[in-house]
Amino acid sequence: MKIYKIKYLAIAVFSLFVMSCNNDDKDDDMIKITTDFSGTFVQKDQMGRPAVNTVFVSAASKDTFNTTIPSEQGAVFQSMFETNIKALSPAYANAGDKNALGLDAAAFTGLLATDVLNVSLDGKTTFFDGTNVLTGRALADDVITVELILIFGGEEGLSNSENPTLSDDNVSANDKNFLTSFPYLASPW
Amino acid sequence: MKKSKILVATVFAAIIGLITIAADHIDAPDASGTTADITDFYAFEAEDTNNLVFVANVQGLLSPTATSTASFAENVMVEFNIDTNADNVEDLVIQAIPKDGKMYFFGPYKPNTTGLNSTINEMATKSEVAISSSTAIIANQNGMKFFAGPRDDPFFMDFARYGAIIGGTATGFNNPGADTFAGTNVLSIVVEVPKSEIGGTGTINTWVEAKTKQ
Repeated sequence: MKIYKIKYLAIAVFSLFVMSCNNDDKDDDMIKITTDFSGTFVQKDQMGRPAVNTVFVSAASKDTFNTTIPSEQGAVFQSMFETNIKALSPAYANAGDKNALGLDAAAFTGLLATDVLNVSLDGKTTFFDGTNVLTGRALADDVITVELILIFGGEEGLSNSENPTLSDDNVSANDKNFLTSFPYLASPW
Repeated sequence: MKKSKILVATVFAAIIGLITIAADHIDAPDASGTTADITDFYAFEAEDTNNLVFVANVQGLLSPTATSTASFAENVMVEFNIDTNADNVEDLVIQAIPKDGKMYFFGPYKPNTTGLNSTINEMATKSEVAISSSTAIIANQNGMKFFAGPRDDPFFMDFARYGAIIGGTATGFNNPGADTFAGTNVLSIVVEVPKSEIGGTGTINTWVEAKTKQ
């Protein structure tokens, strides 16, 4: 009996020793993995609101826009945005022209040039739903039509667009249904 | 038949080459077509209204065939930036970086430095999820939910017609339009985080960055 007990004890002690060796190995592995996250990561691309760089930034400045921090974007890019929106849309051709948000070219591009997405933590999150404006961006939001309305629609863009064939691309929903639960995006094709 | 298909493909490629596109898909020369090309960014209230969801998509216009071989690049870190005091400088970040089939997440936490160059603070809250293929693998960790893998591109737009309008070969959109992104995939990173960890109440300013290891 006693001998057996000693044997068991010896095996138990030995296995503890082996286990702790394994534990040490795991720790080493973890250290190796964590060191792989060291180093400096340098900015390549950035995005706040949809289509801003695409529509408003001149071709030669698109990389610069992606590597200008948001707090400095307004000062660098607002005037370029204003020039480009006036060239793009007849809805801003006359002095005092405004969009459906009541913003003229200078005010609207002043908003857009700082490319961050404003998100409410207190309620409905939507790019625009007829009531809430810029409180987030949901998957089903028809952001392109909203932007086309604000670019081409003029003062009454929501109901009586100045350029009706330019203010809606007539694609209003995704090709697959979104999920109500995490991860919300539809399965891949 | 084949010739016309090739012609269509060529014309389509030419349009994409000439006109930068869509939400943020191939928006600029340095990022276009690389593993660091952000296609879209979303931020919305979760099914559980105590939480907010961040979505970053990269590598757009993936055909189903291309999707099977597409992967996140291990030298690209995707960073969600959160400004809680309205100065458009990040107060908190959530960083996502892939390694050996898993996507690792750090944060939300206050970064050591703000701006264009980032490091990862490995002492920050760390979570991980296996990178999915067609079926979604979801991780629940540290009070948050995580996903990384291919998904249908949630973006929709008649981009081809927009290109024609900007290029001067069309004067207006068609009705109905045609969704240029139908049938294409992106690589998605989705994080659901308690609002209490990112400011709690009020309005935050958010944006997403793709950063490559130097």
